[in-house]
Amino acid sequence: MANAQPLLSVRGVSKAFLGVSALESVDFTLKAGEVHALLGENGAGKSTLIKIITGAYRRDEGEVLLEGTPIHPRDVVDAQKLGIGTVYQEVNLLTNLTVAENLFLGRQPKRFGLTDIREMNRRSRAILDTYGLDIDVTAPLTNFSVAIQQVVAIARAVDISGKVLVLDEPTASLDAHEVKMLFAVVRQLRERGMGIIFISHFLDQVYEIADTITVLRNGRLIDTVPVPGLDRLKLVSMMLGRQLESDIKRTIDPNTARSEPLVSLRQLGKRGNIDPLDLDIRQGEVVGIAGLLGSGRTETAQLVFGIERPDSGTISVAGKPVNMTSPRKAIAQGFAFCPEDRKTDGIISDLSVRENIIFALQAQRGWMRPLARSEQEALADRYIAALDIRTSDREKPIKFLSGGNQQKVLLARWLATNPRFLILDEPTRGIDVGAHAEIIRLIIDLCERGMALLVISSELGELVGYSSRIIVLRDRKMVSELTGDEISTDQIMKAIASHGATGEAA
Amino acid sequence: MMAIPTIVRERTPQLVVLAVILALNAIISPGFFSIEIQNGRLYGSLIDVLNRGAPVTLLAIGMTLVIATKGIDLSVGAVMAIVGAVAASLITSGYSLPATLAGALFVGLACGIWNGALVALLDIQPIIATLILMVAGRGIAQLITEGVILTFNDKPELIFVGSGSFLNLPMPVIIWIVLAILAILVVRRSALGLLIEAIGVNRRASTLSGVNSRVILLAVYAVSGLCAAVAGVIAAADIKGADANNAGLWLEMDAILAVVIGGTSLLGGRFSLIGSLMGAMIIQSLNTGILLAGFPPEFNLIIKAAIILIILIVQSPASQTAMANFRANRQTMAIKTESREHAAR
Repeated sequence: MANAQPLLSVRGVSKAFLGVSALESVDFTLKAGEVHALLGENGAGKSTLIKIITGAYRRDEGEVLLEGTPIHPRDVVDAQKLGIGTVYQEVNLLTNLTVAENLFLGRQPKRFGLTDIREMNRRSRAILDTYGLDIDVTAPLTNFSVAIQQVVAIARAVDISGKVLVLDEPTASLDAHEVKMLFAVVRQLRERGMGIIFISHFLDQVYEIADTITVLRNGRLIDTVPVPGLDRLKLVSMMLGRQLESDIKRTIDPNTARSEPLVSLRQLGKRGNIDPLDLDIRQGEVVGIAGLLGSGRTETAQLVFGIERPDSGTISVAGKPVNMTSPRKAIAQGFAFCPEDRKTDGIISDLSVRENIIFALQAQRGWMRPLARSEQEALADRYIAALDIRTSDREKPIKFLSGGNQQKVLLARWLATNPRFLILDEPTRGIDVGAHAEIIRLIIDLCERGMALLVISSELGELVGYSSRIIVLRDRKMVSELTGDEISTDQIMKAIASHGATGEAA
Repeated sequence: MMAIPTIVRERTPQLVVLAVILALNAIISPGFFSIEIQNGRLYGSLIDVLNRGAPVTLLAIGMTLVIATKGIDLSVGAVMAIVGAVAASLITSGYSLPATLAGALFVGLACGIWNGALVALLDIQPIIATLILMVAGRGIAQLITEGVILTFNDKPELIFVGSGSFLNLPMPVIIWIVLAILAILVVRRSALGLLIEAIGVNRRASTLSGVNSRVILLAVYAVSGLCAAVAGVIAAADIKGADANNAGLWLEMDAILAVVIGGTSLLGGRFSLIGSLMGAMIIQSLNTGILLAGFPPEFNLIIKAAIILIILIVQSPASQTAMANFRANRQTMAIKTESREHAAR
């Protein structure tokens, strides 16, 4: 295959937005039967390159060849017809329609001018069968897990396009088991001779599935290298453009374990969300929550922060029972919560970085006591500097910032309220490697300054790195609490996997 | 120091449109800009625009805040009719002016709270929630007036609110300007404006950050009801009677248009009260101009719709992008010429 003509070849492509260069003379070559990972920090130019290949943007310079023929896709539909299909992280399907309707939307088989539903269902079953998926194609898509929706999206893209498949962070909201299933599908497509472009922030997954890696940084091509034999540290330093510091190790002060708990949960639970559990969190302590997606991690945080109401148990703060019926009440107790879904639950997209930073503090003060503009600016500037938030201007709407910087703004929003207890739900999901390390350092720093933290994360290595204790959830139950030397990735996986549960943690 | 230029710069499109329409009016009717004092009151077409525009301006204040929260209030025209009927029946039953005004404003406030409760507490979509009162409102007003036009020709104190003058200015003008300034001060000097915008952009994230979203939502609908009440009293006082069928008819549409022309998006978020006031003035200048031009009345609505369509096309995202590209091109061309000149040297 080495000498074969490349399936897709990008040569010297550049793109600028209103004079600001986003991509400079980038080359990229995809062979048939190859999984090619595209890596880089946020803002490296990955999405710009993808959008040029898939027709969402027009290139300023350079050429794109598909099977040796220059192509000029006018839009995404045009690119699909040429053979380039895309599946995004947020599945772009209509969840209220049936599986079959989603597969054939816009190209339904017709009979006497009407949709031939039987034929459509039959063909849908045949298509999904090739992926080893035996599901009811007449059921609405929303009945199925994100992973299955993802496979349906892939099946649709492959069926329409069939040459190049772009997977833009397909695994971001999948658990380990689902990732395996998705990868089986990807491998099968590779064997069929498709070229697959794979974008992910999970390096483990890249190593598992990719044959070749291309790294971009600041809109430029850094290198394209084969995966076998690629040193991980070398890869990370290619992405960052600097050497990564050694692992962060944390020693825990034994005195904190004996102090009075700040937050105590006693038999706190809600039917269908999380079974009753007991948990104490002390000042200067990071308690980690591990578990697969859907194990009740986020649900636990939502009960503690008053977003959902518990149907059993109590929460006490500094020994006093508290009726936690709304986020406002939780905030009044000095609680803070960075949610998992930044877009819907966190950022206020049209408001500026400054307004987003002062927002929780202003909400706490009430509308009658506005923060003076100068105070707002001072606060914003302080946190922009302290957390190294990359923005050209504090008045820039937050929606224009990268994911990692949005996350830092949300952290700043809560730190500005000076909380005693901070809950972080997947604080490092979907953000670039540089911001990742900074957020971990911040977690440790806050803890050392005496804050109590509850951190939910799928990145077990990370949790092990900073947690004083880790509780493990499985099937909406707390199954284990690890302290001291017990804290290790192995132990967490054993706890998750015990009782016949298959799959390993992501 | 910077505040005024920024406001002017942000509202340039509205200012330009207003200026163009006023200039057109002056062409149609040469005496348009002349203002004179008669019997201690200013007279002239320009004053007439300010005066006739009072109801829509008042509605637009409340409507702006509601729309900023991603809502809409269709009931304001009907609330005007209810409040006019309440004011007329109170004053004709012998209540004093302060009691009448208090009663009328209270009823408007209650209507607003009703809307707010449906939206904020029961999570009913604003367009449906306020449609209920829009439909029922005129019926309620007719019940109050018992199906007749309730006149109060012998109550000069209430008529004064609609056609009196103070400091040479008609009362309605004074009322809307004072209320507008009050609203702008309250919204921008407190944190209310920020919280309203935040709810409009992302209600869930705002609630999770500790904003009492329900209370604020309830409050903006209450304010909208109150603004409609003031507009209703002015409209009734102006015709010296309460007309349950026609008072405030279609004015909710004018108010929504004023807000949109003023640059506030129906998707919620960023809002501009000043923009909405300009929008209301643009609509009123149009109405006055069409009347002055003496077109056959059947053309009025068509001409108004056509001009508003032009304004909205100019403001649409598509033409904004086109404008931005045009400007960017011109800039790069300028830079290129400059660098060529440099090279030449």
